[in-house]
Amino acid sequence: MKIALTNFDKAFENRIRLQIMSVLVANESYDFNSLKELLAVTDGNLASHLKALEKEEYISVIKSFLGRKPNTRYQASAKGIAAFKKHLEALENLIKQQKG
Amino acid sequence: MKDKDILDEISSIKNIMERSTRFISLSGLSGVMAGIYALVGAGLAYNNLKPFYEITHNPKTGFVYGESSTLSNIKGLFYGSTNTGYLEAIAIQLLLIAIIVLILSIGTGILLTIRKAHRKSQSVWNQSSRAFLKKGLLPLLTGGCFILILLVHQYYGIIAPACLIFYGLALVAASQYTYGDVKWLGLSEIGLGLLAMLFPLYGLLFWAFGFGVLHILYGTIMYFKYDRENSAH
Repeated sequence: MKIALTNFDKAFENRIRLQIMSVLVANESYDFNSLKELLAVTDGNLASHLKALEKEEYISVIKSFLGRKPNTRYQASAKGIAAFKKHLEALENLIKQQKG
Repeated sequence: MKDKDILDEISSIKNIMERSTRFISLSGLSGVMAGIYALVGAGLAYNNLKPFYEITHNPKTGFVYGESSTLSNIKGLFYGSTNTGYLEAIAIQLLLIAIIVLILSIGTGILLTIRKAHRKSQSVWNQSSRAFLKKGLLPLLTGGCFILILLVHQYYGIIAPACLIFYGLALVAASQYTYGDVKWLGLSEIGLGLLAMLFPLYGLLFWAFGFGVLHILYGTIMYFKYDRENSAH
């Protein structure tokens, strides 16, 4: 993305990261495999974007076991939800500006 | 930065939110098929019940115009105080028809839904479809047991309303995980079930309308709204 406005969140510059955040805002939590399938991305790609969001403390990780298989779920943090909303507002403002 | 890019971005967010929370592979066509099976089933059931309807809907002996003695006889048939082998035999035939309609509908539903999911390269068994089934299962199983108990006690007259009401409740409960139309279908079924309860002699008619006509109606709406639009892409 080539938006140069300060309100835009750097963490959401990447389309996949923005999509991950959209899923986590709309759902209580989501597991790794479902996310991978929904976004149609590779393991490594998804993992690196999740890491980045985790580093920003926008999402939290819940590790558990389903029987013997590890099950990793992700959840949006309050900080992440606030950042996502701000990003959406910025998008909205940009549209308004260009129309006005 | 172009307008179009931002709008793209927003529509991609909206799309992904919807896909992640809703079971959208549910096929509208399967609703239409279920409706057709139900109508055929109701037709067969009507044939089985014909001798019975000839008594109850005859102006001379019938429920509405009948003398009080006939009236109580017929009420007995419906609410279980009379025990005749004839009625039991009919009930078993009706149960068989109902089970066949149910199996065909569920089978077609699963098949068409899997096909739709494949076409849109989505998985059928995901977080939202699991949630959809989980939510709907409780009212559905409760209703199923309730109806079996009605059968055991021979309360035949309130089986059709019970089917409609519990099915409607299951749809409304599960609808939060799929298209909003499913909720309206559920509410219509509940309303129809209550109406059917008011007119116990017309149970089959209400049943045919609820499971036949409404399924075809909503199935068609959903087909044109979601299935076709998506396959055109």
